[in-house]
Amino acid sequence: MYKATVIVKRRPKILDPQGKAAEQGAKLLGFNNVSKTRIGKYIEFFVNTPTLEEAEKEVKEYSEKLLSNPIMEDFEFKIEKA
Amino acid sequence: MKPKFGVVVFPGSNCDHDAYFAVKKILGYDAEFLWHKETDLKNSDVIILPGGFSYGDYLRTGSIARFSPIMNSVIDFANKGGYVIGICNGFQILLEAGLLPGAMQQNESLKFICEDVYLSVKNKDTVFTKSIDTEILKIPIAHGEGNYFADDDTLKELEDNEQIVFQYSSQDNNIDKKYNPNGSLLNIAGIVNKRKNVLGMMPHPERSCDPILRKTDGQKIFKSIAENIFN
Repeated sequence: MYKATVIVKRRPKILDPQGKAAEQGAKLLGFNNVSKTRIGKYIEFFVNTPTLEEAEKEVKEYSEKLLSNPIMEDFEFKIEKA
Repeated sequence: MKPKFGVVVFPGSNCDHDAYFAVKKILGYDAEFLWHKETDLKNSDVIILPGGFSYGDYLRTGSIARFSPIMNSVIDFANKGGYVIGICNGFQILLEAGLLPGAMQQNESLKFICEDVYLSVKNKDTVFTKSIDTEILKIPIAHGEGNYFADDDTLKELEDNEQIVFQYSSQDNNIDKKYNPNGSLLNIAGIVNKRKNVLGMMPHPERSCDPILRKTDGQKIFKSIAENIFN
């Protein structure tokens, strides 16, 4: 059994309306040193495969097919033995 | 010949009954609901993917509905030339399914916008628009994620192939950023695929069909479909 964590991020060039709004809030709170806020997604789940290679393959496919949108998002993942 | 509209019902669809009512009760065409877990399109001539919040809009709008069993049949149907119209959440599902290019982002303002907008009809060489007798339609929008995004190559392709069907505009057909409610690129409100048998649009034509509401421009799209699909 493996535990996977996936982070999905909007590509750097694509406008992130949520990040922009959060940063406006940050400025209102006086966090004047904060810049370039970007909001993504953190996803965790377990994968029950015999080997690490199979787990990696499954996590990658799940991330490509459903968890991220290849048109505007990138993803990265980590897998550890659970 | 009377066309038959198949209205797909996903968990969280909320414009399915409006669409059914518009095509069947107001316009007098045949219509049937298609539950998303089924795979039979029941001899529909046109498939409507209605608006709403399928699967609660979780993950990304339309991203989970795109894998409902009925979508395999809808994709096959579209690939064989069948006519499909995705409205609002239906448009988002078509993008996630890859039947139309691009993706949807949150509105630039981050606000859910519900208001009447004017649409410039840019391409009348599709079954969806051929019979529209005006240059402008007044149709309501109601969405939080209608900010159309595509990369520059895709946008150029959309323009070159005349796939942009509706653009947000003023009442006198001025397509300017100030008439863009959500930040969508090129003021895009609706596009078709290359083959021009699949239309996705954010505005809700089914909400401007009933004369009692004193706005009926949405009828023009459904009538155009009915008048042209059998030709």
